[in-house]
Amino acid sequence: MKRSITRLLMAPSVILLLAWMIIPLSMTIYFSTIEFSSYNPDQNGFVGWLNFEFFITDPAFISAVSNTLILLLSVLIITVVLGVMLSALIDKPFFGQGMVRVLLISPFFIMPTVNALIWKNMMMNPVYGIFAWISQSLGFEPIDWLSTYPLMSIIIMVSWQWLPFAILVFVTALQSQDTEQKEAAQMDGATGWHIFRYLTIPHLARPIAVVVMIETIFLLAVFAEILVSTGGGPGYDSTNLTYLIYNQALLQFDVAAASAGGLLAVVLANIVAFFLIRAVGKNLTV
Amino acid sequence: MSYLTITDLQKHYDNYHALRGINLSITEGEFVVFVGPSGCGKSTLLRTIAGLESSTGGTIELDGRDITELASSKRDLAMVFQSYALYPHMTVADNLSFALRLAKVSDAEIQEKVRSVSASLQLDALLERKPKELSGGQRQRVAIGRAIVRQPKVFLFDEPLSNLDAALRVQMRLELARLHKKLGTTMIYVTHDQVEAMTLADRVVILNAGQIEQVGTPLELYRKPNSRFVAEFIGTPKMNLIPADKITHKADELVFDLFGHTIHFPAKRIKGTQPDSTIVGIRPEHLSLVEEGGDLTGRIELVEHLGSEAYAHIQLLNDQTIIVKAAARLELKDGQEVHIKVDVDEIILFDDNNKVISVIPEEA
Repeated sequence: MKRSITRLLMAPSVILLLAWMIIPLSMTIYFSTIEFSSYNPDQNGFVGWLNFEFFITDPAFISAVSNTLILLLSVLIITVVLGVMLSALIDKPFFGQGMVRVLLISPFFIMPTVNALIWKNMMMNPVYGIFAWISQSLGFEPIDWLSTYPLMSIIIMVSWQWLPFAILVFVTALQSQDTEQKEAAQMDGATGWHIFRYLTIPHLARPIAVVVMIETIFLLAVFAEILVSTGGGPGYDSTNLTYLIYNQALLQFDVAAASAGGLLAVVLANIVAFFLIRAVGKNLTV
Repeated sequence: MSYLTITDLQKHYDNYHALRGINLSITEGEFVVFVGPSGCGKSTLLRTIAGLESSTGGTIELDGRDITELASSKRDLAMVFQSYALYPHMTVADNLSFALRLAKVSDAEIQEKVRSVSASLQLDALLERKPKELSGGQRQRVAIGRAIVRQPKVFLFDEPLSNLDAALRVQMRLELARLHKKLGTTMIYVTHDQVEAMTLADRVVILNAGQIEQVGTPLELYRKPNSRFVAEFIGTPKMNLIPADKITHKADELVFDLFGHTIHFPAKRIKGTQPDSTIVGIRPEHLSLVEEGGDLTGRIELVEHLGSEAYAHIQLLNDQTIIVKAAARLELKDGQEVHIKVDVDEIILFDDNNKVISVIPEEA
């Protein structure tokens, strides 16, 4: 009796959440099996696997998948490595520590679109960007970052956006590190590097796992930075899977193929998650 | 000969003078306990010896070498921390061998040392466990093992037993005493528990407000405290302190007037000038309950029965409560009026500055 009342009371939220997930998913599955283009909305017969075949054989598909993975891994490595180093650097008290911490964390509060515009126009612009000015003052040719190194430019922007998140997590974790352990190691003859290597890094294993997992969720879906800066180009050099799906659905009006792409993105996310959880997930359970 | 010599050691924090000129010399193989109330500077002193805090004046010499400015890793000291500070990601074996591995000792030698230390501390079966899989007492033993394995010149203990439960604490205290006998290494031990200090120490250093109050063997401190602070700090239950209202000087004796009661004290026992005022200190075991006569009278407020003995809390006529040690079999009732006899030979007198008034011991 008591149990059925609990279930009854929980039912509305559970049903709502389930519908929230099931309806878009089933609609995507439905669209991926029919012919559906915004040019010809009346033509929507069943086509089986044709949309998937079309999306996968698209020359852009392979580069979109590899761009997605390169973007993901690069940003993960940059944010975790730099994040650990910077957090360790600002862990010891120094003059202006609070200010430096706020400055390091602040990029996280900037929305991705604005972030991309700042990098595009203020930093990487070949005519009046700061990078161009630096190269010119050193006597080099300015580089047109967005067209010469499009994917790298995106990686820099996204890393700048996500580094603060990593620092925020690591700084908090470092504060919970036991000082007596460090002192014990010091008396055991450990140098600063030894303490970092044998005590701090193991202590950070769990926060690193958390950062990697949370960032992965968001990095697989990077979109605004690409739309605002490179537009996926030149060619498909900076197109990731998310951007390719957008391209298919809203630039080429092929909603059906885009739905098939969306389902492939779900599969890719699951594959990545599988490997990631095997690699870092064991730190979470201990 | 002095092994560890501390000369005029000072430690200033931003606006706090933590160590105010510490002078101390410790001989090789001695077990020295620093004891004092919290905030007296005992942990700061230990951490300064360890090199975890830098001193702001004075010198520390160990075995003929000035180590005042030396990094703690170069001082050849090992420390056991209050929280044990085991490395949580390493097994017991790795915890024990960490310092040796850093010192690039050969694998065979490391194995041999870890084996012998773990055997002597009964850690053999636990070598592959992580610290969080150990009980408090086991962690404590690993922390001690980690210090022993390095064979340092001096062991430093920072309140190592305060995280253990009472039964285990007594057991570990014994193990530490045995360990000191076996190794014969110099040990410095910080505690706020005067029972630990009394039972473990060869010599006890009592600290108060950043200064050494008195140094001596446990019995010396108990029987001949230098000051009221030491007298009150050492001994459970505390020493009774009764201020004298007036001192009458007679030909060969002093008569202390304690709110109507009098205590006669032979004047010839006082060294130096005869005091005009005093506080009379007397330990509970030097007071006894008598049928009649006696030096003081009071009313029993409460009796603590400990089985082998009893402590009677007695309210005197001036409302002050003193504690008297009594035989357990005495039938004492709350509110009962009792007479107390004072063992005048054991009285300790303090002057107005809370310093002890020197007396010549009673001739035997």
